[in-house]
Amino acid sequence: MKIIKTCLSAMISGILIFSPAYADKWSDQFPHIKATGDIPGDCSYEEISKKNYKGKTLKINTHAVPVIGQPTALHAEQFAKLTGATVDVTHTPAGDLYAKAMVPFKAGQAPYDIVFGFSNFINDWRQYLAPVPKKYMNTKEMKDVTKSHVGVSSWDGTMYQYPVDGDRHYLKYRKDVIDNPEMQKKYKADTGKELKVPTTWKEYGEMAKYFNGWDWDGDGELEYGSAEVMKKDDLMFAAFFSRSVAYAKNPRTPGGFFFDLETMKPNVNNPGFVEALTDWVEATKYVPPGGINFGLGDEIGSFGGGQTLFSFSWDDAFIAAMQDDSPIKNKVGTAPLPGADKVWNRVTGKWENQYNQAPYIVWGWAVGVAKKSKVQEMAFDYLCFFSNGANHQADLAIGNFGVNPFKNSDFDPNLYIDTMGWDKEIAESYTKTLKDMEKSKNRVFPLRVRGVFEFTSAVATGTSKALAGQLSPQEALDEVAKEWEAIVKRVGKSAVQEDYAVGVKMEDNKL
Amino acid sequence: MNFKHKYIFLFPGLFVLIGILIFPIIFVVRLSLSGWNSYNGLNFIGLENYIRLFTDDPRFWESFFRLSFLSVTTVVLQYVIGFALAHMVWKEIKFQRFFRVLFLIPMMTTPVIMTVIWRTFFHESLGPVNDILGNFGFSPKWLTDPTLAKFTVIIVEVWQWTPFMFLLLLAGLLSLPKEPFLAAAIDGASPVRKFIYVTFPLMAPISIGAIIIRLIEASKIMDTVYVLTSGGPGTSTETSSFYIFIKGLREFQMGYAASMSFTYLIIMIISLTVIAKVLTKLLLKD
Repeated sequence: MKIIKTCLSAMISGILIFSPAYADKWSDQFPHIKATGDIPGDCSYEEISKKNYKGKTLKINTHAVPVIGQPTALHAEQFAKLTGATVDVTHTPAGDLYAKAMVPFKAGQAPYDIVFGFSNFINDWRQYLAPVPKKYMNTKEMKDVTKSHVGVSSWDGTMYQYPVDGDRHYLKYRKDVIDNPEMQKKYKADTGKELKVPTTWKEYGEMAKYFNGWDWDGDGELEYGSAEVMKKDDLMFAAFFSRSVAYAKNPRTPGGFFFDLETMKPNVNNPGFVEALTDWVEATKYVPPGGINFGLGDEIGSFGGGQTLFSFSWDDAFIAAMQDDSPIKNKVGTAPLPGADKVWNRVTGKWENQYNQAPYIVWGWAVGVAKKSKVQEMAFDYLCFFSNGANHQADLAIGNFGVNPFKNSDFDPNLYIDTMGWDKEIAESYTKTLKDMEKSKNRVFPLRVRGVFEFTSAVATGTSKALAGQLSPQEALDEVAKEWEAIVKRVGKSAVQEDYAVGVKMEDNKL
Repeated sequence: MNFKHKYIFLFPGLFVLIGILIFPIIFVVRLSLSGWNSYNGLNFIGLENYIRLFTDDPRFWESFFRLSFLSVTTVVLQYVIGFALAHMVWKEIKFQRFFRVLFLIPMMTTPVIMTVIWRTFFHESLGPVNDILGNFGFSPKWLTDPTLAKFTVIIVEVWQWTPFMFLLLLAGLLSLPKEPFLAAAIDGASPVRKFIYVTFPLMAPISIGAIIIRLIEASKIMDTVYVLTSGGPGTSTETSSFYIFIKGLREFQMGYAASMSFTYLIIMIISLTVIAKVLTKLLLKD
């Protein structure tokens, strides 16, 4: 098996490296893929051009431009040109994607053939989505998708969301500062501690605080410690969970990170989560001015623009920092999310004083085909084309496209060195960071129970109250836990339990 | 003569009224008695949503009182500033036409776009406001301090909607009869006395109308909060309409959001009727 895997990855790498050989015919017409040309596959430009969808219309609801909206529109235009189809693309703000599909779904309508959303919508949407047909499951592109992203796109073994993006939270740092011997000496002299890539959130906080509010890169501007997504309702709950996993995901206590699966009692106000929120409240002191109102776009702009030492969230800020026009290209590094020197054991009700780290395979962009769509085959062809080898590689290189690695072949550092001009060391550390998350046995997956937004919204409200100083971390999380209990009661304990069990199976490495 | 056929002519208007007003209200009431959300259909659950709202949702009431504070403050400021500006360009002054148009510009801009621009202005690390104030040693936390964020929302609202108040009050001033002013001039009344005893009382009916119209609009404040602060930091700028939006269209608790909307509608009808009565009693004594 291992030999097959090695051969497969060597073949894929070979295709990626030597793919410019195909660059003639299709890249002339479609400059987006000029770096690689068409890459052979079931949904390559060559294959899709053989389809004829003249007279048919495909309707897509996607996110606003640029993030995911731009690649959707671009690939729609390419698809229309290749197949003769008419493709109507509607752009919708992130916060409205769920309702825009859900309202017609609930009313028994399908105004869109393809709906984009987040992967954690899966449980609410799956009854209205067509499962991905076997034909597409067997494509070369699909076989390349990582196991964890097949899991994220599927519900109990059935894939409802077509993988187009892979997301995880990890640490991004300014390599030119952390690896700088002069800075290391200065930091040691001032604090008595080593300046290195932080492996715990406490170290992260200490370094961020030290590098906050002075011009440490000599560009004449003040720099700050950390850029984080802290704006209420703007994905902040994901940032909070990223900080919580270190303290609250204990590999020795399987059976639920968010809830105790047996009792469905929320874990969200246990000392592990409270410790994480306490750290986060402390972080408000080392974010740029206005940082507690930073949404994802601000975080990308802040770290990507060289304003902060650290950041953690999706790939976008890192890719933005590594784009050709970035002032800090090849000056940034990646590492796993920091861990903690202690982890809460919810079974014994005690802290375990040992190092713990847990990757957060956070939700990302996801897309499905409406069950009631009359052009399902064309819709799946479009999605298969969207994520074909050439499009995927070209999309990966553009930070604000929002397309991040989710294929095994994406973990080849040469891809980033050859086509994006990254330094070898950075490309290797990036792919290693991502690959290690795939291998970890202590991962946390996003909450995907029905009515998921009620849960995440409660987290956003509670944690934002703590960040604003309206409540203490314990009070804020007690409020969240109380709200979660009320939601579980409203939805029905057994229903939430049944949904949550699917996610726990993934976390406990049983799926 | 039999004029019964005249009722046929009422049908088109009645049909539109039922379609766009009566039906949505009835549907909201029905929705509010259901548990419609992402996992339930339009199932009848009686008064459960209302019981939850009145007994177990302090956030709704907090947002309502916050809204009351924001709308009353902004409308009072808009009235005072709007009246002052209208009074200024009512008289023959240089560049009168220019000023009349200038004062109307904020109202003609798109609120969401202008709020994005204001958010950029008030951005604490990149915005020009703190850049300038920083030279004098100030760096106010416009959007991240719970108290100051409310003040920022008020600034934006006042800037955007004072022109509307200005327009109504200027129209009122231009329609005032000349005789009382001539009489006051003959009596030798000073400008201040003229304003207090002639202009202001004559403007009272228009003022009440303008204040009520603005209060109705201000009580729906949503876009400014959505773009500027998302209701934060914490819940410090969350208003009723924003909270209903979160529950309905973010969390998809449609049934519960409908019960909040209907309750809110009733409260607004009652409170605005009371406010109109009180204002009438205060300002229209004679």
